[in-house]
Amino acid sequence: MEVLIDLVEQDIDIETLYQWVLSPEAGSIVAFTGTVRNNSSNKSVTRLEFEAYLPMAKKELRKIVDKISADYDIIRVAIQHRIGILPVGGVAVYIAVATPHRAEGFTVCKYIIDTLKKTVPIWKKEVFEDGEVWVSANP
Amino acid sequence: MEIRLIAFGVAKDIMAGSTLTIQIEEGATISTLKDHLVEIYPEFNKLAHLDFAIKEEYVSDETQLNVLDEVIIIPPVSGG
Repeated sequence: MEVLIDLVEQDIDIETLYQWVLSPEAGSIVAFTGTVRNNSSNKSVTRLEFEAYLPMAKKELRKIVDKISADYDIIRVAIQHRIGILPVGGVAVYIAVATPHRAEGFTVCKYIIDTLKKTVPIWKKEVFEDGEVWVSANP
Repeated sequence: MEIRLIAFGVAKDIMAGSTLTIQIEEGATISTLKDHLVEIYPEFNKLAHLDFAIKEEYVSDETQLNVLDEVIIIPPVSGG
């Protein structure tokens, strides 16, 4: 398994990451792209701001990959998360998984994004026209 | 003993800064630290939950603190 994990301050280059995961042994590439929506809780979002505890975020992402790769045959996986300020429509996260067959690709990709949202120390602030809120902070 | 805290996300806003050094009794645990923090900043009580990390790993409430530990305050994460 080859793994590429990064948190970046520049725009995520989806095409380059997609090319990186391609492999002759793969029969499937499943990719997830998380983008910035223009609304949240019926309010108009103007931008998002991401911050991360970088060294630990990378470690936690690696743990997610290691855990799921014990159960599924992964050939290549690329995970890149954006930090900093992102406008509406911007790419916040991109995950691409190369596997021999599609079924495990969907499972692995879903597991990675679902777990990322629960364990990886990355924080998202939604900025509205009239205020801002750290997502998920309060119950 | 002295413990250095580093905050991210909403924790940074609550503390009005990203670092804080606090005095805590020898043998204190993460749980004790949490109590101290809530006492200083009651706003921490309003969070969905509050986690901590030492040396880039999550730690549990029972984890004992050591002198010069750098404790990362991890409010609810929201990546993706």
